[in-house]
Amino acid sequence: MPEWIITIVKILVIVFGFVMGVASLLTLVGDRKQSAKIQNRIGPNRATLFGLDIQFFKNLGISHFIADGIKMVLKENTIPNGANKFLHGLAPSLVFLPGLFGWAVIPFMDTYCTGDITVLANYQEVCSGEEKRYFQIMHMEVGLLYAFAITAISVYGAAIAGWASNNKYSLIGGLRSSAQMISYEVAIGLSLAGVILVYGTLDLNEMVRMQGHQMWGIVPMWGVFVQPVAFFMFFLAGMAETKRAPFDVPEGESEIVAGYITEYSSMKFGVMQLGEYAATVFIGSLVAIMFFGGWQVPFLYGDGFHFGTPTGTPDVAVPYALIVLLRIGSMVIKTLFFVWLQFMMRWTLPRFRYDQIMTLGWKILLPLGLANLVITALLSAIF
Amino acid sequence: MQIADYSALMIFLVIALVVAGVITLLANQFGPKNRTRQKAMPYEAGSDPIGSPKQTRFSVKFYMIAISFILFDLETIFVIPWAVAWKQNDVMGHGLYAFGVMFVFVSILTIGLVYEWKQGGLEWD
Repeated sequence: MPEWIITIVKILVIVFGFVMGVASLLTLVGDRKQSAKIQNRIGPNRATLFGLDIQFFKNLGISHFIADGIKMVLKENTIPNGANKFLHGLAPSLVFLPGLFGWAVIPFMDTYCTGDITVLANYQEVCSGEEKRYFQIMHMEVGLLYAFAITAISVYGAAIAGWASNNKYSLIGGLRSSAQMISYEVAIGLSLAGVILVYGTLDLNEMVRMQGHQMWGIVPMWGVFVQPVAFFMFFLAGMAETKRAPFDVPEGESEIVAGYITEYSSMKFGVMQLGEYAATVFIGSLVAIMFFGGWQVPFLYGDGFHFGTPTGTPDVAVPYALIVLLRIGSMVIKTLFFVWLQFMMRWTLPRFRYDQIMTLGWKILLPLGLANLVITALLSAIF
Repeated sequence: MQIADYSALMIFLVIALVVAGVITLLANQFGPKNRTRQKAMPYEAGSDPIGSPKQTRFSVKFYMIAISFILFDLETIFVIPWAVAWKQNDVMGHGLYAFGVMFVFVSILTIGLVYEWKQGGLEWD
């Protein structure tokens, strides 16, 4: 098969299958049923699915979700007087596209090995055949930098949407969101510096491979064990970056209507929402990759489970196809878990005030990040 | 690395732009088009909008945040290459030297942060 067909299949499966699937699932389960559970409501349970009167489907609220999608397309697309038409139309894409492009470097599995795998004493897996990158859209040695360069573009989306709408609420929302996003960008960058220092690479797949190593033979070298402070910083800052959960002042309904999406209707509004959900999933996957071992399953190496030294015959031999499935499953489950965690936090915590958000970003996370970096470097220089 | 290695990204770019374009077109094609005076008005809690947002003044704090961002994001950018090279330095026995070099840089910026903090540049009240 030519390389470009494989690339297109990868893009379709990962981005439009997995990301869009999970993002839609979030609107369905997270926004409708999960919030109903938390607020002691029942949630949607009446509408039938294409006339199929099955209680199970009615309880899931699937038809509400499909109706939502169709409704978005069929509504009128309004542009307010005095708005800049070009920028008003461009902004939703600027929010939506960065959420997609980041996925180009996310590895869902190690390189696919066509030959036999031998595991060395330093936990490295050596492949005798060809290594094919079937589970990552594009291999990039500076993958992590690329991911952050791309996600940073969505700041422009929010700022432009706020400015181009010719609405005061939108302008305030756009200003708030851009100030919040750039503040937390600093915290994210510093928390990552500690992680990069430990693993010594920007290549996300290589970073996950490093996390297969064991400390003292039992604890996997996951980011959360070697860089716990960086994990909390990254997760907090990542949530603030997606403008979700307790950090949603840029679109605080009770203050400024809907922030920078006030003047958006029809599918443009849908695209903005979808972009934000895609960003939530993206943060979830980055947390899984950098701090929870990505596709790694503890003690599982290229030829099976090793509960002691990784060399020699495995304790439990596992066929390679099953290993591939286990690893993809591990990555997907970890990602979904962090998406679920973000949603639980969104529905449990009250909204912060804007000055609290700025204090957290500049006075707590930034000094904490600097201290974390210096202490990590000092400890690894001494020991 | 050769330019051909980025072809996957180009394919991705084309697909994503097509999808974004189609969605934007969908928004314009379907749906009613009856624009009224009230509907085209910028939303301001139901009343006629007063003035224009382009002349509205907003807090100078946002400028402060932007300036601090440039400073500290640049710091991060300078720290990351050092962090990538750290392992090699450490293995070659230059660990403490590499640490000292970066420590000077980070502490100068920390002094900057403390100064800004004391001057009230990070206050929101």
